[in-house]
Order: sequence, then structure tokens, then C-alpha cells
Amino acid sequence: MEAVFSNFDEYLKAFGVTLALFVVSGLASLVLGLILASLRVGPVSVMRRAAGLYVTIFRNTPLLMIFVFMAAAMPKLGYNFKWVENIEIAGWSVSAFFVRSTIALTLYTSAFVCEAFRSGVNSVDVGQAEAARAVGLTFFQSMRYVVLPQALRAVVPPLTSVQVALIKNTSVAAAFGMAEATATMRSLTNDYGSQRPEIFLLFAIGYIIIVEAVALSSYALERKWKVA
Amino acid sequence: MSGNVLFDAPGPRTIARHRLYSVLTWLALLAVIGFFVWRMQVTGQLEYDKWEVFLTPAYVEVILQGLLDTLQMAFGAIIFAVVFGLVFGVGKMSDHGWVRWPCWVIVEFFRAVPVLMLMIFLFYLLAVGDAPLSPMWCVIIALTLYNGSVLAEVFRAGVNAVPRGQVEAAYALGMRKTQVMVQIQLPQAVKMMLPALISQCVVALKDTSLGSYIIAPGLTFVYKQITLDFKNQVPTALVITAIYILVNLVLTAIATALQRRLVGEKNPIDLTSVGNMDGGRAV
Repeated sequence: MEAVFSNFDEYLKAFGVTLALFVVSGLASLVLGLILASLRVGPVSVMRRAAGLYVTIFRNTPLLMIFVFMAAAMPKLGYNFKWVENIEIAGWSVSAFFVRSTIALTLYTSAFVCEAFRSGVNSVDVGQAEAARAVGLTFFQSMRYVVLPQALRAVVPPLTSVQVALIKNTSVAAAFGMAEATATMRSLTNDYGSQRPEIFLLFAIGYIIIVEAVALSSYALERKWKVA
Repeated sequence: MSGNVLFDAPGPRTIARHRLYSVLTWLALLAVIGFFVWRMQVTGQLEYDKWEVFLTPAYVEVILQGLLDTLQMAFGAIIFAVVFGLVFGVGKMSDHGWVRWPCWVIVEFFRAVPVLMLMIFLFYLLAVGDAPLSPMWCVIIALTLYNGSVLAEVFRAGVNAVPRGQVEAAYALGMRKTQVMVQIQLPQAVKMMLPALISQCVVALKDTSLGSYIIAPGLTFVYKQITLDFKNQVPTALVITAIYILVNLVLTAIATALQRRLVGEKNPIDLTSVGNMDGGRAV
């Protein structure tokens, strides 16, 4: 126990990095996933196929290999993202590791976000869209007033499980030089051999708190949006 | 909902516009691919000696051995996970609180903890120094605990998906609780769960890649070895990723075929809340 408590600021900092990775790549993957999903349900077949190809490729690739591409292969092609370290905003500058990690996490997660959105649109009954068109609504009106409000509700549970998986996936960044929770746990278990189970348990609890916070807020949202 | 319900049948102007969009999309795609190939050409990644490895029989054998190790770990983990999931899934549905709550805690715990962290912990606990197990077994155990917890929820969802009337009918015939579970609920649940089980194989297969962090064998370990010798990160990453995608597509095809055969067109079980990133859907 003291191994963690005597290094408690390190513990907090580690989960800070984990949270930062989660928030940045979570938001980015929502945006990219929404774009992909709208391409996938849109009328142009080439766009549908292109987005489908993206989803197939990234869904079946291990996250670790995407990290390998960002961290090992991209520098070979001349992109090491070092330039971001020159940008400084109010005394803070982002490390190249962080940028690479968030890009990898975003590329991977957005494929799943896209599928979640698509399944949401698919869950709306066909009759609803037909009725909307029958009363003369245009495409955008029927999307705005009939389809999307219902799809949004249906999409909350699958989107939550994607975001929860993203929290856990930030741990892969440990293998590529980010000092986030898993990497910090590794260095602590290395240093304090006799306290391994306690260290593991305390770090596990950190993850569980984040996961539960996301899951509970999604339940709240689900309940609020529920139609009687 | 199929996309075309959302739109009117396109008129001539819309068709022309869509054609323009199609051309623009093609141009964008070609630009992305072209740019990638151009960068590879400029930085010398297309030279023959960077790709020669994949035509050398000895190294092809190494790669195939890596694939075999990966498959072994994935299937080993899935087989153990099925047992784990069955035990804890049924345990979570027990009428006795002293069985239900420990099962609940274990399942929730291993679902919320990152697999990589679990692997590292098991590695230090079971494989470092003169500890008993190889890193490969640490990967299998970690994946068993994670996938088993997900499968426990799958089993529970499957059993709950069996219509309530069947259970009542079985009780009315005088069956005991265990009989109802073993003879009525589980056989039907297992049929519905098979596609989800195979999607879980894809998840397990992808997660074995993390094993290279604790020096377990497998495809990502092969990647490390080859790039250490030949410094050809880009070609090797492309080849290894292609192998992963190919194997996963084969697994997904099997899952889809099974679903058609056993469940029909309707969605087997909704697993979106189980925490499996693939959502358990055999698409």
C-alpha cells in the first residue's frame, strides 16, 4: 500500500494522462465517427463503400498495430509529430507521444463509433421515415424531426460501451512511452516487488472509478431521454 | 432502415450531382493512396531489400509460426473463457446471495480493468524470475479473465432471452431448477450465442497482440524481431496488419454464416451493453 501512497502525486498524474488521452480521443472519435456514419447511410454509393472499407480495416486491426504505425512506421515516412512540441499555449506544450497516441486511439475508436451511430439510425422503424416523407417533409426535415431524435436515444448504450472500451484502450499507450496509469503501475510493480497485488488493485480501482463514472452518466442520460 | 427509404428516387439533376460526388470521392481516395505510395517511394520503403524478408522461406516460416502462436493463444483463451463465462454467468443468476454477489464482483472487476494491465500484473506475479509460467500463459490467463467476464454477461443475456413461458412450463412439469437451466434454458441460449462467441474470438485475437509487451510469442513479437534485424518498419507493419485483418475477416465470415444457419436474419442477442467493442454483432 505505501508504495502507491508515498507516490500518490505520481498516481494522480498517471490517471490525469489517462483521462487526457480518453477525453481528447473520445471527442475526436465522436466527430470522425459521426462523419463516417453519415457517409455510410448517405446516398452516394462510393462514399458508402469507402466508409465501409475504413470500418472493416480499422475494426479488424489490433490497436497495437495502429500504434506501431503511428509510433514506428510514420517516422520512417518522415512524420514524427515533433513539430507540436514547438507549439506552446499558456506555458503548456503537448508531447509528440501524446499526439501520436490520440491519433491512433481516434482512428481505431471512430470505426466503432461509426457502427454505433449506424445501428442507431437502423433502429428507427422504416415506417417512421416513410410517414415523414408521406406528409411532405424534405430529407433534412425528416432527419431533423423524425429520424435523428429517435436514433440519438437508441445510440446511447452502444456509444457508452465504445467509450468505456476506449478508456481501457488508453492503456496500450503504455507500450509507446506514455507515462499513463498502466505504465506507472508497471514501473511501481517493478520497484516494489513485495507489494504487487496491492499496487495492481489500487490502479484497477482508478480505472473502475473512471469506467463507472462514464457508465453512470450514460444511464442518467438514457433515463432522461426515455419515452414512457 | 435501408438508406433509400430516407431519400426520394433521385431525379436527373440529383443523379448528376451524385455522380460529381462519386468522382470527387474517388479523387480523394486516389490522392490518399497516391500520397502514401509517394512517401514510401521518397523515403525508400519500396526498395526490394526491405521486402525481401517476406519472400525468404526461413522468415516466412517465422511469420507463420507467429500466426500459429497467436491463434493458439486466442483459441486457448476463448476455450477457457467459455468455461469461466459459463460458471460465472450461471453464478450471477443464482438465487443464493452468497453465490451471486462474489460472481458479480469478479465479473464486473475483470470487465473494467484493461487487459494490458492485467497481463503486466500476471507477468510480474507468475513469469518473472523462477516463477512457474511462461509469458504465453500469462497472455492466455489475462484474456481468459477478460473475455470470460464478457462471455458471462453474454450467457446471462442468452438465458434471459429464452421466453419466460418455457421456464414456467418446465417448472409446471415438475423439473427442478438445475434441470430447467441445463435442459431448457442453456441449449437454446447457446444456439443464440454462437455468433457472439465467434465475434469474441476476433476480440481475443486482436488482444493477443498486446502479448509482445510481456515478450510472449505471436505476430507482434515477430514484427519486433524482423524490424530489429532489417529496420523495415513500414513494410513489416503492413504485412503483419494484413495478416491480422485477413484472419479476422475469415472469423467474421464464419460467424455470419453460423448466424444465418442457426438464428436466421434477426439479430441474435443485443450485447451492446456488455462492453464488447464489437457489440457482439456478426456483421
